[in-house]
Amino acid sequence: MNYRVLLNYIGKVILVEGLVMIPALLIAFAKSQHNCIFAFGVTIGALIILGLGLSLIKPKNQEIKIREGFLIVAGCWILLSLFGALPFFLSREIPNYIDCIFETVSGFTTTGATILTNIEVMSSSLLYWRSFTHWLGGMGILVFFLAIMPKSKAGGSLFRLMKAESPGPEVGKLSSKIKNTARTLYIIYIVMTIIEIILLLCGGMPLFDSVTTSFGTAGTGGFAVKNDSIMGYNSYLQMVVGVFMVLFGINFNIYHLILLKDIVNVWKNQELRLYLGIIFASTLAIAVNISSQMGSFAKGLQHGFFQVSSIITTTGFASYNFDAWPMFSRCILVFLMFIGACAGSTGGGVKVARVIILLKSARNTLQKIRHPKSVKAVMIDKHRTEDTVISEVNAFMTVYCIIAIVSMLILSIDNFSFESTTTAVIACLNNVGPGLDMVGPVGSYSAFSWWGKIVLSADMLLGRLEIFPLIILFSPVTWSKNK
Amino acid sequence: MKIVIVGDGRVGSTLAKQLAKEDHDVVVIDNDPEVLNDLLETVDVYVIEGNGAVLDVQRRADVGNSDILIAATTNDELNIVCCMLAKKLGCKATIARTQNRDYVRQMQYMSKELGLSMIVNPPLAAAREIFRIIQFPSFLKRNSVAKGRVELVELVISEGNILVDKALMDLTKLLKMDVLVCAVERDDEVYIPKGDFVLKAGDKISVTAPRSNLVKLIKKLNITTQKIKNATIVGGGQIAVNLAEELLKSGVSVKIIEKDIETCKNISERLEDAIIINADGTNHDLLLQEGIEDTDAFISLTDIDEENIFISMFATHLKVPKVITKMNRNEYSYLISDKGVGSIICPKQLTANEIYRYVRAMENTEDTVQTLISIIDDRAEAIEFVVGQNAKNLNRALMDIKLKKDVLIACISHLGQIVIPKGTDSFTEGDTVVIVAKNEAEIREFNDIFM
Repeated sequence: MNYRVLLNYIGKVILVEGLVMIPALLIAFAKSQHNCIFAFGVTIGALIILGLGLSLIKPKNQEIKIREGFLIVAGCWILLSLFGALPFFLSREIPNYIDCIFETVSGFTTTGATILTNIEVMSSSLLYWRSFTHWLGGMGILVFFLAIMPKSKAGGSLFRLMKAESPGPEVGKLSSKIKNTARTLYIIYIVMTIIEIILLLCGGMPLFDSVTTSFGTAGTGGFAVKNDSIMGYNSYLQMVVGVFMVLFGINFNIYHLILLKDIVNVWKNQELRLYLGIIFASTLAIAVNISSQMGSFAKGLQHGFFQVSSIITTTGFASYNFDAWPMFSRCILVFLMFIGACAGSTGGGVKVARVIILLKSARNTLQKIRHPKSVKAVMIDKHRTEDTVISEVNAFMTVYCIIAIVSMLILSIDNFSFESTTTAVIACLNNVGPGLDMVGPVGSYSAFSWWGKIVLSADMLLGRLEIFPLIILFSPVTWSKNK
Repeated sequence: MKIVIVGDGRVGSTLAKQLAKEDHDVVVIDNDPEVLNDLLETVDVYVIEGNGAVLDVQRRADVGNSDILIAATTNDELNIVCCMLAKKLGCKATIARTQNRDYVRQMQYMSKELGLSMIVNPPLAAAREIFRIIQFPSFLKRNSVAKGRVELVELVISEGNILVDKALMDLTKLLKMDVLVCAVERDDEVYIPKGDFVLKAGDKISVTAPRSNLVKLIKKLNITTQKIKNATIVGGGQIAVNLAEELLKSGVSVKIIEKDIETCKNISERLEDAIIINADGTNHDLLLQEGIEDTDAFISLTDIDEENIFISMFATHLKVPKVITKMNRNEYSYLISDKGVGSIICPKQLTANEIYRYVRAMENTEDTVQTLISIIDDRAEAIEFVVGQNAKNLNRALMDIKLKKDVLIACISHLGQIVIPKGTDSFTEGDTVVIVAKNEAEIREFNDIFM
């Protein structure tokens, strides 16, 4: 194990966290929130000192091996969450450190689950930071770091960092240089975020709300700055957020293809088609189901679309308390939590791409039962999916289910309702945020015990990093020599 | 530059690694997704799975807007088709690797009519390199820079040599000629030595000297090996045939041992003056029977690296004056370079280097690299620059200039005049300067050599 490379990169990423926290400090200054100035000042100071210190450790061999790639990513995410929680704690606005960690992990992993029962009393600088964690975590902290880092001797092995952090069964590059790939992704991301901010401003949303809501949408996070999520905004604003959630749930390679004017391949993309298809069908089903409750079909369509878009992209904004909807609609929403957004987007969940692979390989297995000698490849976009990818997806699903079951068991000790317990785990593991019943769109996670919150925080990280990096970090085998 | 490489084999991946390290935009095309995945995780390139001779694949690689396409698969015809397509799409330069020598012969036509910029023939490149070594058998390796006026030679200092226990600053006086020791390998460690460095027996050194002084240097160092009059080659592949042709032309008698009878017949047609033996060249008794201990040069060119190593060690054991070993995989060569295998030749590395030099020459802007040569088992490099007007420290005495660690100026060519530099010398715009540096120094342009 090359510990020096590990510490060096973790140090650099911690330094970046210190730097991106500075705008929050400036807001605290502008609004003279003295407890926040103190909290951010101390945290930024600590991050910069620690980051600089660690980045002084110069590795002899700069190459990042496969194992180190996973460890850097997992280590960074955990440390960033622990440090990112400090401002909440030091400002004494969230008194319990476990709660602070839950809130920050929920932010970075773009879950949007909150332990706050009254959001509106929080200082604006803290709310800004809370929403900014969504934005940074959405596209990825290491991808951000790769986009801004100076030239390094690690060369192509940096791709391992990107691969470990980016969601989806197969991660590719957009261009030959990893730095340009990371930059292109962030430029698309920034431009789309700015467009959303402008559209929200046009609809009369205040600047602070527009920025934080856009951060929440872009990262498909779901932290709002109002207690009633975005139910209080007019239907134009809700529509803008609804459409942008769908857009941020699309694989960013698609936007790159659009920039290259390769519309044919955009249209033929199977994942995109299925993703839009699911949204369309679910919206229609829910709209029919809730139209009588909502008063009209149009109203049902509007809220149905918003909620489907919010849940499938695993954002978690609510335009209506969907926990009060009929069972059929709520069931659909829970299924959508599992499916999640497209691979290579900022959304969470299992990912539509994995669903396609699973369905196609299941179909092939069925055919093999009928014709034992038959051979059939899993084709996606006229491209054969490698067997290693398929077995990785299968392993992912298995471990994913085990984690869900174990988490539910531990959480059930708290003795809340079945719906609350199961949907809390599902909503956290898939980075959605709100579940049903107690953890529904108007509820919060504050009632869970401290161990329950730790388990849910772990679930959020496992979901965002797609399980394997964290498992590798915590398996003893990783740390022993020559295994 | 934008560079597309077709074929992710040994040549392709070596090139991809080198070129990506120098910040070129590299796209690699291959039809094996597994090797592409491995490459993607270690080298900063874009990869495309597919057949490089298919228009659609080339379009995806944006060949039309690329500067160079390098077709480096093992299939000659595929490589040529790749190049032709690329040229038609608008690629500026195309390079094809071909194994068959007939294509080299028709190069002129192909470059004029089909637009190929260069053909690289690995067996020919290897044969030429071996021939160059045989010309001066006293040296392990020989490279020329500054348009052939300066030689970089490698040798091992044996026990009792006059250089043993001498400091480098005394060498000029001792040898009464301008030479410069620019790199030393001792106990697996590479040094770029300073004047107070004291040489020891067993050191492998790289020496710069004007070509005209080369013969004198051999005499002074008392490392004369008799001129090579006959050579034994084991393995009758294309390298052997190319090499034998060159050797026969220069009056060296050649014996080739090859175990396949059909191959033997074929090469006997092409090499009328050579002795062709149809036998297993790895057979101990046969080698003795064929008088291996009396041969001047022994070259092992079978397809199996391990066999080559063994028979070369055997030849060294029998005190054959010059032993040359071909190795297809050269990653481990530093482990065995002092185990009696003589000079090591890696054809694919040579091919990659040849293409690499072409790419470097294409950049050809001021202050960039003119030629680049790997020395001391590829652990250090000699780089030739033409000094541009933006260069720092023009016309300053070298002793006043602070160079980076592990960097040394090996020679300056001023208006065709070769200077092996001393502290009082300087360089000016338009000079050719050869520097030697450890690989870790990462020299990209001339100004990189200064602190």
